[in-house]
Amino acid sequence: MTYIAKPKLHHPSLTRNKAGYTRRDYEGPVSTLCAGCGHDSISAAIIQACFDLDIQPHRVAKLSGIGCSSKTPTYFLGNSHGFNSVHGRMPSVLTGANLANRDLLYLGVSGDGDSASIGLGQFAHSMRRGVNMVYIVMNNGVYGLTKGQFSATADKGSKSKRGVINSDEPIDLASLALQLGATFVARSFSGDKTQLVPLIEAAIAHRGAAFIDVISPCVAFNNHPGSTKSYDYVREHNEAVNRIDFITKRDEITTDYAPGTVQEVVQHDGSILRLRKVDESYDANNRIAAMNYSQEHHAKGEVVTGLLYVDPEPQELHGYLHTVDAPFNRLSSRELCPGSARLAKINASLR
Amino acid sequence: MTRIQAVNDFVVKFANVNGSGSASANELFAKSIIRMGVPVSPRNIFPSNIQGLPTWYEVRVTDQGYLGRRGGVDMMVAMNPQTWDEDVAEISPGGYLFYDNTKPLPKSRFRDDITVIGVPLTEICNAAYSDPRQRQLFKNIIYVGALSSLLDIDPAAIEKLFAEQYRGKEKLLDSNIKALNLGRDYAAAHLDCDIGLKVKPSDRVGDRIFIDGNSAAALGLVYGGATVCAWYPITPSSSLAESFIKYCQTLRVDPETGKNLFASVQAEDELASIGMVIGAGWNGARAFTATSGPGVSLMTEFIGLAYFAEIPATIINVQRGGPSTGMPTRTQQADILSCAYASNGDTKHVLLFPEDPHECFEFSATALDLADRLQTPVFVMTDLDIGMNQRLSAPFVWDDARAYDRGKVMTEEELEAGKTFGRYLDVDGDGIPYRTYPGTHPKRGAYFTRGTTKDRYARYSEEGPVYVDNMERLVKKFETAKSLVPQPLTRPAKKATRNGVLFFGSTSPSMHEALDRLEAAGEHLDAMRIRAYPFCDDVMDFIARHDRVFIVEQNRDGQLRGMLINEGGIDPAKMIAVLHYDGTPITARFIVADIADKLARYNVTPIKKVAS
Repeated sequence: MTYIAKPKLHHPSLTRNKAGYTRRDYEGPVSTLCAGCGHDSISAAIIQACFDLDIQPHRVAKLSGIGCSSKTPTYFLGNSHGFNSVHGRMPSVLTGANLANRDLLYLGVSGDGDSASIGLGQFAHSMRRGVNMVYIVMNNGVYGLTKGQFSATADKGSKSKRGVINSDEPIDLASLALQLGATFVARSFSGDKTQLVPLIEAAIAHRGAAFIDVISPCVAFNNHPGSTKSYDYVREHNEAVNRIDFITKRDEITTDYAPGTVQEVVQHDGSILRLRKVDESYDANNRIAAMNYSQEHHAKGEVVTGLLYVDPEPQELHGYLHTVDAPFNRLSSRELCPGSARLAKINASLR
Repeated sequence: MTRIQAVNDFVVKFANVNGSGSASANELFAKSIIRMGVPVSPRNIFPSNIQGLPTWYEVRVTDQGYLGRRGGVDMMVAMNPQTWDEDVAEISPGGYLFYDNTKPLPKSRFRDDITVIGVPLTEICNAAYSDPRQRQLFKNIIYVGALSSLLDIDPAAIEKLFAEQYRGKEKLLDSNIKALNLGRDYAAAHLDCDIGLKVKPSDRVGDRIFIDGNSAAALGLVYGGATVCAWYPITPSSSLAESFIKYCQTLRVDPETGKNLFASVQAEDELASIGMVIGAGWNGARAFTATSGPGVSLMTEFIGLAYFAEIPATIINVQRGGPSTGMPTRTQQADILSCAYASNGDTKHVLLFPEDPHECFEFSATALDLADRLQTPVFVMTDLDIGMNQRLSAPFVWDDARAYDRGKVMTEEELEAGKTFGRYLDVDGDGIPYRTYPGTHPKRGAYFTRGTTKDRYARYSEEGPVYVDNMERLVKKFETAKSLVPQPLTRPAKKATRNGVLFFGSTSPSMHEALDRLEAAGEHLDAMRIRAYPFCDDVMDFIARHDRVFIVEQNRDGQLRGMLINEGGIDPAKMIAVLHYDGTPITARFIVADIADKLARYNVTPIKKVAS
């Protein structure tokens, strides 16, 4: 980390987006994470994505659990309400927040300890329910704040900094998300911003449970030879299925692509995901195939990245619950209270 | 043998098999007596089971309106061979045994000091019905018919209840009336109906309603403006969330769009249910969960977060017997301590103690207001006895002029006007800071919510003085709560006395009955019903005014007594515990005997023998 505070004044020539904000308006206070931490790159990608999409910062609610990853919401979107909840329980808090006001953008940030160990249950059930959110796991395979214990996503055979070999099977959160009904599932790498930023943008535009597993090396405890979550390992074994261009409906499509190399997905809000296929056989609309593909390549020691699956017609929790369009937190007794006349009838029926 | 003689003042207990359809027949029996203007107080005594195990339904007929459990059985309706011996043994001497005598039983299975009334229920039923399920269900209605003849229950009241229940389902209506008359006709033709227990029309019910506490609390939450319900099924609270959904399906559907003005999520566990409530509360919706003791245990970490981060949350705890899984289908008041101080670290939570369904309704709505006003978790501490039994109680009341108290919420306009916003800043001395809902203002009012320590402007800080400043403000806030919570109610003794008694929650009906009887025996005690924690100054004044104070509780360790001693700095010697915790609802008989016994031991005044 650095102890030099960011200057508060912005350069007058900073570019503003269509919402009138500069990129600096999406930042937060300076990060207290280790220099070179993958998580800071993900924070930067979130900032970039929100700036690119002209999102009003205060219309984002950012929620996290406990751990290094869960500290990051402090470091981006300083004008958004944030909630650093309890360990592993961000998904339930986010679900409740989402029920209270369906109009905000919900960004859940978690880590592999937070989501795959203590919070595996809540992770799973928030996917099942189809909560409309962007759920990002900053996945480094290790407990950072408590100094280097394996987490549940550490690969079997992976070596810790102290030389211990992990004998437990890893939990693959992306595969779980696929199986549990998430309607947008991606994996990326903190060191690959060109892949990560458009994925976050696409996830933000997605109206349903969007999950991104971001491999994010821990420079302090998990970046050594023998680790499968190090910068070197992931760069060498990164098996991207596609490269994504996120296109809002306003943008004109100009580039030509060779047939069979591009898959276009039109999302509910009219935005277009153009997937430039690296593997021509890969179909990002096929959930079962995505699960198989991911597992096959993981068995070979490869890290499959890209947009693994997207449902262009997603359902989400408010739809299932058939709730009114107005946010609950704006309703008053006028809408909510049935009144004394009705109560008199209820009393009469109970005699 | 002297047969028990009583008009409108006796106990009938039904011994049934779980899942046999007896519950609705037994409820019909109770309601028909209410329709005759005679108060009754029924209680389900049931196992943690869906089908096959024994279950009982105890109906206290009480013209005086004593709605607590009485104890003792004047008539047993023994429909369960499994529990026959214990059921027969429970009948008070001179009492009555009603049973199905289709199959003869040896004389040794009966008693000489009771009146035995046999009705061949199975035989009557099998002759009339061929369908096995009908045989099972209508057997229950047939015994209600026979009992109505024996006890002089007005058949018109029963037929009217049928008519209300089966409106538009004439076939069911007719078949139920037929079953009822099978029982009545048999009794008229074959039984000596001149038994000692009789129901006579009365006018003691008044405008009271008959409802269970869980339904009442659910309706209170609808009226109080709860929009988010997150819950995990647990006895005895499950029916509360289910009632909320049921009420909302008629009362909370937007007439224009047909869309729901509520959301209910059945969570994966209690951790998730309270997490959702806290997330919704943080975001400005009124949210609640309903649970029982083991659920609160799981929620404890989150409750600490809500206390420290100051987020409204309403928790209805329908208490059952603990610890651990404990007695899941029995009643206790044994979560007082675990709720009052739930969480690691120093915390105190607001508790409300409703006495009956009327207060379950009122306090549930109030809890939503208090949670918003105080920005903290608020517990409504009901229990299985109130929650799962229908109880006569005062009708629900709602003042249409009542607006929801959303507490200190800073608006976009106030932020725009430059009003100072510090999330944990006490601007007016009541310990309660302002909050903002997420998304309120583009540049102002955003803050980071966390369970770690922070300063008045919600900035992370581990500085000792900053931490202490915040913790002291939380104490001040709790002081403020004293004047906002439901105040205690006193019942002064008819003669000046140095003895007092404190009680709360479902003990109330038995306590009032006990006070009447103690008074009749010449023993006078001032009584106070505590309705909330934090304890108001009146409670401490009451204790100070008396030399001895009995504290009646339904737990082993005198949890409320301990809190009073601790919070009030009171000499424990003057605080006398009266404790009932076997899982059955406390009775006036128990209270009277225990207090009389203890007073005798303290040798305060000569005690007249108090008849039980």
